[in-house]
Amino acid sequence: MTGAPGGPPPVPRPRRPPDDDVDLSRWRGRATDPDADRSRAEDTTPEAVARLRARSRALLGRLLRPHRGRLGLAVALLLVQNAAAMAGPYLVMLGIDRGIGPLRAGDAGPLIAVAAAFAGATGAEYAARRGFLSRSARIGQAVLLDLRRRVYAHFLRLDVGFHERYTSGRMVSRLTSDLDSIAELVDGGVDKLVMAALSVLSVAGILLWLDPPLAAVTLLAFPFLFLLSRWFARASAGAYRRTREAVALVIVHFVESLRGIRAVQAYRRESRNQRIFAAVNDDYRQASLAAFRLIAVYSPGIRLIGNLTAALVLGYGGARVLGGATEVGVLAAFLLYLRRFFEPMEELSQFYNALQSATAALEKLAGVLDERPAVAEPERLVRLPTDPRRGAVAFRSVTFGYRPDTPILAGLELTVPAGQTVALIGPTGAGKSTVAKLLARFHDPVAGTVSLDGVDLRDLADAELRRAIVLVTQENHLFSGSVAENIRFGRPDADDAAVEAAARAIGAHPFIAALPDGYATDVRRRGGRLSAGQRQLVAFARAFLADPRVLILDEATSSLDVPTERLVQRALRTVLRDRTALVIAHRLSTVETADRVLVLDGGRIVEDGSPAELAAAGGRYAALHRQWRDSLI
Amino acid sequence: MPAQSDGSPAARDDARTHPLRNLWRLRPYLRPYATEFAWLLLAALAATAASLAVPLVVQRVVDGPVARHDGTGLLRLGALALLLGVAEAVLIFIRRWTQSSSSVGMEAALRADLYAHLQRLPAGCHDRWQSGQLLSRITSDLSVIRRFLSFGLLFLVLNLVTYAAVVVLLIRLHPWLGLLVAASAVPLFLISRRFARHYHAASRRMQDQQGDVATLVEETAQGLRTMRAYGRGPELAARFGTGARTLHDIGLDKARLLARTSALFDLVPNLTLGVVLVAGAAAVARGELTIGELVAFVSLQLMLIWPVQSLGWIIANGQEAATAADRIQEVLDTPPTIVDAPHARALDRGQVRGRLRFERVAFGYPGAGSPVLCEIDLTIEPGETLALVGATGCGKSTLLSLVPRLHEVTAGRITLDGHDLRDLRLGSLRRLVGVAFEEPTLFSMSVWENLTLGRPDAGEDEVRAALALAQAEFAYRLPWGLATRVGEQGLSLSGGQRQRLALARAVLGRPALLVLDDPLSALDVHTEALVEAALRRVLRDTTALLVVHRPSTVALADRVALLDGGRIVAVGTHSELLAGVPAYRAVLSAEPERQHGGVGLVHS
Repeated sequence: MTGAPGGPPPVPRPRRPPDDDVDLSRWRGRATDPDADRSRAEDTTPEAVARLRARSRALLGRLLRPHRGRLGLAVALLLVQNAAAMAGPYLVMLGIDRGIGPLRAGDAGPLIAVAAAFAGATGAEYAARRGFLSRSARIGQAVLLDLRRRVYAHFLRLDVGFHERYTSGRMVSRLTSDLDSIAELVDGGVDKLVMAALSVLSVAGILLWLDPPLAAVTLLAFPFLFLLSRWFARASAGAYRRTREAVALVIVHFVESLRGIRAVQAYRRESRNQRIFAAVNDDYRQASLAAFRLIAVYSPGIRLIGNLTAALVLGYGGARVLGGATEVGVLAAFLLYLRRFFEPMEELSQFYNALQSATAALEKLAGVLDERPAVAEPERLVRLPTDPRRGAVAFRSVTFGYRPDTPILAGLELTVPAGQTVALIGPTGAGKSTVAKLLARFHDPVAGTVSLDGVDLRDLADAELRRAIVLVTQENHLFSGSVAENIRFGRPDADDAAVEAAARAIGAHPFIAALPDGYATDVRRRGGRLSAGQRQLVAFARAFLADPRVLILDEATSSLDVPTERLVQRALRTVLRDRTALVIAHRLSTVETADRVLVLDGGRIVEDGSPAELAAAGGRYAALHRQWRDSLI
Repeated sequence: MPAQSDGSPAARDDARTHPLRNLWRLRPYLRPYATEFAWLLLAALAATAASLAVPLVVQRVVDGPVARHDGTGLLRLGALALLLGVAEAVLIFIRRWTQSSSSVGMEAALRADLYAHLQRLPAGCHDRWQSGQLLSRITSDLSVIRRFLSFGLLFLVLNLVTYAAVVVLLIRLHPWLGLLVAASAVPLFLISRRFARHYHAASRRMQDQQGDVATLVEETAQGLRTMRAYGRGPELAARFGTGARTLHDIGLDKARLLARTSALFDLVPNLTLGVVLVAGAAAVARGELTIGELVAFVSLQLMLIWPVQSLGWIIANGQEAATAADRIQEVLDTPPTIVDAPHARALDRGQVRGRLRFERVAFGYPGAGSPVLCEIDLTIEPGETLALVGATGCGKSTLLSLVPRLHEVTAGRITLDGHDLRDLRLGSLRRLVGVAFEEPTLFSMSVWENLTLGRPDAGEDEVRAALALAQAEFAYRLPWGLATRVGEQGLSLSGGQRQRLALARAVLGRPALLVLDDPLSALDVHTEALVEAALRRVLRDTTALLVVHRPSTVALADRVALLDGGRIVAVGTHSELLAGVPAYRAVLSAEPERQHGGVGLVHS
């Protein structure tokens, strides 16, 4: 596949890579969470599937409710269109049976009347169709917009624990690919769906009215149609659910491997990635193929039933005309109506594809919307005490673990008076970051309480909590937009002067000013170009601007060079003077400036005191401190 | 954030090129299915013929047995209609069955090629692009193309054939009326042309906006913790709401366009039918036409309604496919700039001594004003360890990325044992270089897979040694040991753990060159000391380039180079520089309070 640009590359026929099938299934490794691959609602048991289907129907109902009025109008227009369309064959029949005779006798009246009626019906059909299509598009797009916003907002509400389990790739897949498939249905399927149902009903009615015995023959087809459709609906629902899952895996692998493209290329991972991609891509292909094959059976099946019925009607109807029981025009109309009967059903099978795939997508979305955030907004809000300089933090017998069987913290007791800077140190896995995350209410403790100024964090409104407590991690995500916008993320109402002041205070101003457009420089486009240290500085300025009561720094200075870190530390000293701070750092230079040091091990505080005290006490801190001193030069 | 033309891959094609050109360029993907296509086209045409024959049978029934009261004739013709009906259904089944495998096959092949191409494109390209735009190309755009190639295109051909065949039959039945029906193609053609033009623009806007919304989603997914830490949910939701609203507006415009046109596509054949009915009845009255012929005529003409109606959908689909093909070709047309030179050669690990030399190397990001690095002259002798020191953002990491050619030098050259890196096979070069980035990238895979990223052939012992060196034996104690899935979709590891795994990955298999970017920054002092001790043994006989922020890590290096403003300003041993270069002291001095113009050293 080395196509020069311009020349299309040769295309190998997709086939499962011949080598290591087993190996490929092992590459992902074993997840520690059995629910890693789906939302909780998406179980595979029949009850869960039924529950999910009920929920997705309820969701659809909720989405459509605001549009009831418009929906009514649309249905009315559709009825008009249907009636007008149905009039066509009937008028043809009238023209043949009633118009020709008089015309032969020189009376053009009946034929002219039929022609006028035909023109009227055609005009009405045009107007109604146009009105219906634009109205249904408006409803459809509004529903899509609503759904998109709902799901997005719900993702934002869900707790960090959920996202760690559900993962970004799957979230992206829900909000892009799944919504796309619903959009596809909205774009070109809904009217077909309703029209088909309407046509079937009205055609059946008209046929019965025209010639009951002949209609009875036609109705013989119904049970077959019903059975075929039921089989298809059942089989394809499962098939399309599988395609949604398969495409999610494609998206996950795609997004993740391209995000880490530097590592991919540096480690020549391309070929293996390609094999993995080929495997997930092929799974998706097979899932789609299975779904399309079902249509390949269903659609001609409908056609077969239709054709058999038509032949039957032709034979039996011809015999009836022969016997004088009915007229030629009626037979013609019957045959024409049969077309109108089976054609929309077949057309429907074209869009059944869209329908099933949208249904499966809606189920997935309903599954997401069904998730309740584990960290929820309180029902009864408690306000924080309002006096300006507070920020006392307390952990009361806090127990927490990501998995029930492995607690990370057990009965942690910790009181931090307002204004104190506490450094948290300890080996990897001691629970330092967990303490930080609990204080930032990324998770709620399994037992015990975390409180700020005497208020349980669970009783605080999210907005108030976030104003009061800010966590800065080593992650330092920058959103697309300018540097200024990224700093302003800390306090959206801050003006440019405040943004610059924050950057200056933290020592980020010089590098920002030197960027091509200064504060207006787009970070996304130079995402690769801001160094890790620079991103940390921007994140710091952001936290500085947010001006919270409690600041938590989790390894927030690890990528800074010594002078910059020193600068940040100097700034922090001013910033933290009358603010509560929890600092997690491996560098003792950071730790030394704290008022108090806690040494954490195995989820327990093993040492607690001022840096000087602990250094003198001869415990773990003292050992680390010595080691650090020795390492300096 | 909104669709910037430069945010999307490659420049837009010249507006004058044909709108379908890029779609046409996808034809090689059809080639493997050429025989299938021939068969399914044949099946489709035969099915159409069968369905067209039915009205003619009806005509015979009405004019023959019914008029002549011929019971057996009726039975014979009824059986014929039955046969034709069964044949049509079977042919449709054959067509659809064949079609389903070829269409998804094409889609999958195209997606795999896109992915392969994207993997070949240098990191610089990826930095420039919005990830969501790429994602929407491999999902939404590809399925649009699949739909067109499998249904739209076929039905276009089929419908045109049907139209022509029906018109011919109609003309044979009654020339004047037949010509009248044929004439109805003129307004249809005019409507389609106008519609196609407008729809083309709208569908491109739609697809670009879809990509932008996907980008917003992806970014939100990435920045979720930051969003939560600051409680900025409402702001992000508002931002997403704006993007989604734009999508809604474009979608609505598109739908209105389609509604207008598709209603017209309904109107034209219906009006024609009305005229035919009246004129036909008159003709029957005059005796120019039998009743059976009129019924056949009308039945045949009704067969035109669906092809014409579906024309709107087909054109819309075709336009969407055309713009989707544009978007896909934009990616495929972006040439990978870092590729093997034609004469590139491979170097064996055994042949490499490891003398790395930068000769007047300069580097600047495309489109940026000032170069990041210039006039870099630096030699690292075999087995030597050189530490790069400099203020935040001075270009250290960029310099490192030039060695495995993740970025390409813009001037000068880098040589390994005298070979220009550009004369080496990329695969061979990257096999020789072990890299650890400042942000350890772990994929959602098992620990084993993450470690052996570049060396799938690594053995148990090698992995164990690498893990031991990086003090990352904790991996064995994970719930499923090295088979535990880590990374985003697996067990979340601490920053220090991730960094140690990334280090283990870099040293696995003893690469000839080690390029480590601040490899110990997230480690605590104790672990750092252990890793350092182990690393020292490895570095003794490996050429290494390290970016270093800490005095403690500098001790690993034989020599230090101070980078300032994109230039090497001093090279020497740690103690030499400490004694003689004040700027070096400022960057690396351990004394917490003394201020050597620290501010001035924070460079862009």
